[in-house]
Amino acid sequence: MTRFVSPRVIRALLPALSMAVLLVAIFVIQPRAMSYFGLNLMLNLALPIAFATMAQLCVITVNDLDLSIGSFVSFCACVGATFLNDTPLLGVAVLVGCVGVYAAVGALIHLRNLPSIVVTLGMSFVWLGCSVLLLPTPGGTAPAWLIAIVKFKTPLIPFAILASIALALIVHAGLMKSAAGAVLRGSGGNPQAIARAGWSLLRTKVTMFALAGCFGVLAGLSLVGMTTSADANIALRYTLLSIAGVILGGGEFVGGRVSPIGAVLGALTLALAGSLLSFMQISPDWQIGAQGAILIVVLALRTLVNRAEARAA
Amino acid sequence: MTRISSLLTATAIGVVLLSGAALADTSGKKIALSNNYAGNSWRQAMLKSWDTVTKKAVADGVVAAADPFTTGENQATEQAAQIQNLILQGYDAIVINAASPTALNGAVKEACDAGIIVVSFDGVVNEPCAWRIAVDFKQMGAVQLDYLAEKIPAGGNLLEIRGLAGVFVDDEIHAGIEQGVAKHTQFKIAGSVHGDWTQEVAQKAVAGILPSLPEIAAVVTQGGDGYGAAEAFKAAGRPTPLIIMGNRQDELQWWKEQKDANGYETMSVSIAPGVSTLAFWVAQQILDGKEVPKDLVVPFLRIDQDTLEANLATTEKGGVANVEYSLEDAQKVIAGK
Repeated sequence: MTRFVSPRVIRALLPALSMAVLLVAIFVIQPRAMSYFGLNLMLNLALPIAFATMAQLCVITVNDLDLSIGSFVSFCACVGATFLNDTPLLGVAVLVGCVGVYAAVGALIHLRNLPSIVVTLGMSFVWLGCSVLLLPTPGGTAPAWLIAIVKFKTPLIPFAILASIALALIVHAGLMKSAAGAVLRGSGGNPQAIARAGWSLLRTKVTMFALAGCFGVLAGLSLVGMTTSADANIALRYTLLSIAGVILGGGEFVGGRVSPIGAVLGALTLALAGSLLSFMQISPDWQIGAQGAILIVVLALRTLVNRAEARAA
Repeated sequence: MTRISSLLTATAIGVVLLSGAALADTSGKKIALSNNYAGNSWRQAMLKSWDTVTKKAVADGVVAAADPFTTGENQATEQAAQIQNLILQGYDAIVINAASPTALNGAVKEACDAGIIVVSFDGVVNEPCAWRIAVDFKQMGAVQLDYLAEKIPAGGNLLEIRGLAGVFVDDEIHAGIEQGVAKHTQFKIAGSVHGDWTQEVAQKAVAGILPSLPEIAAVVTQGGDGYGAAEAFKAAGRPTPLIIMGNRQDELQWWKEQKDANGYETMSVSIAPGVSTLAFWVAQQILDGKEVPKDLVVPFLRIDQDTLEANLATTEKGGVANVEYSLEDAQKVIAGK
């Protein structure tokens, strides 16, 4: 097999393959899922995860880690269910301000040379505190236009899938194919070289963190559009899910080595893994463990491929 | 072979039921339980009650299936995804103990749109298309004062033990107690501490405030704190006041010992974890085509002097007194009696 297909290609295909295996297993166990309705139900909550994963990917690209994305998405959801509905202009201003704060965090991390894990962990409490101040008890209402967008029934293929494909392709084009994207990735993979070539590392870091903020806002808004009202703790789980999604999709913690298409596939795979376990009627006590096992199997496969790659080189 | 024979028996039972009662209208229906958390004794008892009652209902052919599903991390997004999966699995009704009153609304609406009956209990959801079996926590506070007014007509000073600060349940029970004090003006709250529904915390908190208090006639509580309060009074060498209990096994045990030793009288009140089985029967009744109001109130489980022994005998060590509801109980709740 490796003689005909290079390990590099297998590595790129692995996220797609693991998702395909999960999908087939789901269709076998629950044929009802093989329909527009079924795919929509299984994947519509994956869209906010995909956005959050993309935000995490931006941060991982510049060799940092964002532990605040979950509480940031929660905060954006709270803003979406309060300000954005009651006073739209103020809502938009707050969300733009949030992206500004994200950019500032990126600048702080670069200028003071601080470990991103510590700074973003601190920020996660700030965002959570802001959400609780905004919505002390769960509630609020998402704006009607937002609900209409995320619940929009596109013909033939569910909206969540189309939006995920668009997201993957747009980021792929911007980050993997363009010249600017090469510089952004390079600043994570080999910062000295980029600095020596005359690019500002501060600018690349601020750009990537601002982008992460934008995707976080999109995650929060798409989530609140689906749930129709918010809760300060609504998306705390996204922090770890987004990291798992990036890594599952072929990214690595070394900076610069990421794959936007893989990350979106990774996010969808995580959502599907939950569905599969639910359809298999595994006892709840085992479900969390089983979800972890799926992750480990996929990562183990990748390590095998990496080894083959190293041997081929 | 045994499988075939058991299938035959099941069919036979089903046939008998079909010919006998009108119950079997729902015999082909499937009900799922979506639970957000299983990490404490109350939730464990809740799942156990569900298991006992629904297994029997399935065996009797009342419903085709009643499967419980629990999410791992008490997260609303996870539970929303779980509910969407249950829709796909073709359940006719979903019974929910929700992680958030609002964050599941989208998924609940999807279920309703798919023609699925959604019944929420304990942790209720506010999406209008779902049914809600709520607990009247305010009433739970108010009955304590009503009982005291009857027991101690002269009135006196009260010590209030509250729950976990900032939690909705604590505010509600407290409001009920305030309401009761306003109604029975012979009582006055002389002191108030937070016991966090935990005996050890309650004991420490009561021990801390006791020296500053005048003579206490009674202690009003929220459950899980009565035994700790009794221990604190004993350690301080003060006479034991009338302490309202909260159905925990250690509280009932202490009450029984006092009752046997010196005829101590009190009452105990809390929510039975078996409320999950009430929700099951309500869902079954809705599937059966019965007219059921969207908002129902769970009766709480009250233990009095004469029912103490019976309840204590059926309560597991370290557990909570429980009742499993029957179809008749559910019909009574639906009728609003």
